[in-house]
Amino acid sequence: MIKEQFENEMKLEFTSKSSNEAFARIAVAAFVSQLDPTIEELADIKTAVSEAVTNSIIHGYENKQGIVKICGKLKDNKIILEISDSGKGIENIDVAKEPLYTTKPNLERSGMGFTIMESFMDKVEVESIVDVGTKVTMEKTIKKEDLLDEEELKITTKE
Amino acid sequence: MESEFFEKDKLLVLKIVDEIDEFSAQKIRREADYEIKRHMPRKVIFDFDSVTFMDSAGIGLILGRYKFVNILGGKLEVANLTQSVKRIFEMSGLLKLIPITNYINN
Repeated sequence: MIKEQFENEMKLEFTSKSSNEAFARIAVAAFVSQLDPTIEELADIKTAVSEAVTNSIIHGYENKQGIVKICGKLKDNKIILEISDSGKGIENIDVAKEPLYTTKPNLERSGMGFTIMESFMDKVEVESIVDVGTKVTMEKTIKKEDLLDEEELKITTKE
Repeated sequence: MESEFFEKDKLLVLKIVDEIDEFSAQKIRREADYEIKRHMPRKVIFDFDSVTFMDSAGIGLILGRYKFVNILGGKLEVANLTQSVKRIFEMSGLLKLIPITNYINN
């Protein structure tokens, strides 16, 4: 098989309106569907994207106008997502990541965003500079169940 | 959101028929609070049967309604949680506070 010469990438930019949250997660889901994920894997990715984008809109930009960027890459059977904003940034990332920590309890925010991202994706990294912005990088490997089945089938046929 | 009030039991059933994120939660919150104030139910059941997507906005939404209904002297329960909705509620500890009920909508 000829190895592909270039990587599969996509970039998405949209204004920081919370009505764009659905657009963002559906666009990412359509991109990653090339890897043939299960419904559950797809739901995990959509949820993680929704959390990161919501964070950018209501914490990064505090509902003011700004641009949220998503860069997606497919590498073998892994999706790598970078979700970034040029908002106010996070002062203390470790504290922000703690379950139930929120700076906006009055908006009924649960403080579970990072916890959900971390448990639904394989890897989550947060970089942030105050008054410059925040970038969340997430990775998830899509398990190739179909291939496993095929290999099992070959073994059985040989026998 | 679809709502149905059963006068005899003072039961209010609120069926969410939307994806739940920060954007849609604002609308669901407004509609739910309106129905709760209007009927003053003894019990509120949130039916998740038609919820195809939910992120952490759902936690704040249900916790907020739980507090509101409690203040008014009522109880709140959730029904027909999908696997992914249940997982998110479990992570937040919400299900230690709010019981899952076996409500079947006809």
